[in-house]
Amino acid sequence: MRIAIIDTSTTRAAIISDGLREAGLDDLVLIDTAGPLAAQIEAAQPEVVLINLENPSRDLLEDFFAMSRALARPIAMFVDQSDAEATGAAIDAGVSAYVVDGLSKQRIKPVIDLAIRRFQAFSRLQRELDEAKNALVERAAIDRAKAILMKRRAIDEPAAYALLRGQAMRTNRRISEIAEAIVTSDALLGDME
Amino acid sequence: MTAETFRIGFLPLVDAALPILAHELGFAAREGVQIELVRDMTWATVRDRLLYGHTDAAHMIAPLAIATALGRDRPAVPMAVPFVLGLNGNAVTFSTQLAKDVGLGDTLGDPATIGAALQRVAAARKIAGKPLRFGVVHRYSSHNYMLRYWLAGVGIRPDLHIDIVVTSPPFAADALAAGEVDGICVGEPWNSIAVERGVGHIALATAQIWRRGVEKVLALRDAVVDERRDAVEALLRALHAAAAHFVEPGTAEDSADILSRPEYLNAPRDAVLRAITDRVRLTPGGDAIHYPDFMFQHREAANFPWRSQAAWLYSQMLRWDAAPYSSADAATAAAVFRPDIYRAALAGSGAPLPGASSKLEGGIDTPLGAGSVQGRLLLGSDRFFDGRAFDPDDIQGYLADLP
Repeated sequence: MRIAIIDTSTTRAAIISDGLREAGLDDLVLIDTAGPLAAQIEAAQPEVVLINLENPSRDLLEDFFAMSRALARPIAMFVDQSDAEATGAAIDAGVSAYVVDGLSKQRIKPVIDLAIRRFQAFSRLQRELDEAKNALVERAAIDRAKAILMKRRAIDEPAAYALLRGQAMRTNRRISEIAEAIVTSDALLGDME
Repeated sequence: MTAETFRIGFLPLVDAALPILAHELGFAAREGVQIELVRDMTWATVRDRLLYGHTDAAHMIAPLAIATALGRDRPAVPMAVPFVLGLNGNAVTFSTQLAKDVGLGDTLGDPATIGAALQRVAAARKIAGKPLRFGVVHRYSSHNYMLRYWLAGVGIRPDLHIDIVVTSPPFAADALAAGEVDGICVGEPWNSIAVERGVGHIALATAQIWRRGVEKVLALRDAVVDERRDAVEALLRALHAAAAHFVEPGTAEDSADILSRPEYLNAPRDAVLRAITDRVRLTPGGDAIHYPDFMFQHREAANFPWRSQAAWLYSQMLRWDAAPYSSADAATAAAVFRPDIYRAALAGSGAPLPGASSKLEGGIDTPLGAGSVQGRLLLGSDRFFDGRAFDPDDIQGYLADLP
């Protein structure tokens, strides 16, 4: 069964391809999102197309499928509706699937289930990466705020940290927010002594 | 009382104004509803989120709501449109080269005259083996139907003399710049952005093709309307109040500030402001001209979902999909529009409520009083550029008579 993958994230496309290959579905075509979409799909003649939900080419893709129904060699694909629950789960995971008319439910289901799992895994990775990046940024702001407090109040590092922490608790904000405010005000008002 | 929440999907377009302003300016809160806006980049995604419950309602191109209810290209899902978010507000923009070839002036010209010039260019390009290609925002969009109505009316047969392809609004100016298309028919601010980038020249406002053409609607699944009828009516009152505010003189600057924000349209404030004040800059660096009713969001009960508007869209769906007429489909299409919910929501509010649910479209030349069950209703000219009128009870006769 030939599966075409259209994804604005090349990393996610790779993660999905790997998963499908591991499951023995190795007739895969990766569509180049920078190239002409319709021509590539027409050449590939897939039975299933997986596309990320937020892909900006979806309206164009659906138009192509609708128009191709009138052609001699149609690639008549429809939004997959074989299993309402799985389709809903796919939308939740951020993937949309189109299948050729008449493809059996048993053949589609493993592909959709796998795509869902891989999309979810990618979202999890993305989230972890974002969190790690944020933590680094916050860490840097706290270090700078501590240095500013140490210099201007002539206190040591534990005392500077205690000040930050105390203010955060009193105002019900995060330490990093207090630190950001100190760094910002120092940048704007630091020389007004 | 906890506020009823409506997640509303939208595309970054000026005519997403009413749900955005209802949320931002407290009209929703006043009716006890809360709006959460969900922005997307394609209508397919707006539709999918609506069908699978990511959203409760959507800012949607009217024909897509009807196509979804009819099960075009996918299994049918019953849909309800209880409120029209606006009429017109779109334009046809030519590439700078095509504008030169057609000889566009620096004012909005006559659709028939521009059409005749375009017809000559289209014929020459067809003979040269490089047919003209226009982009519309979706297969099931009023843009597609308005553009095709105009082209066919001036002797340019769509799909035969000219290619029409799909280009999402945020990418329409790019497609024009890259030479992928020779013209676009999209909503604002995307025409203005093409003009400002120096890649396009606005040829026509769609209001010149059909003076009162139905555009975006508030679409919901039928099931949601049944389950949450009271809350839906409260939402309609909030949108109606937002619409009244939106057309109030002196509010445009504030509306433009809100709409142009990154989380909404993320577009130049000036372009947004021009669209909502009916001013259009046709050429790069040119002065904006005033074209009254370029966008029509509220007056003359513009938010009322006339079943005859749905019927017209169904007629065009048949015309361009070369599909046979079906009286069952015609009934389904017309029933997507729900004037009954609109009337129930606004009963006792002072808003003019038409007595009829359907009317002759394109039959009014000079302002005409219309029967209403509440308030006074005066309808302005709703002419099509070719002077034809559409009788919703005779779709087949209308289609047989069209070019």
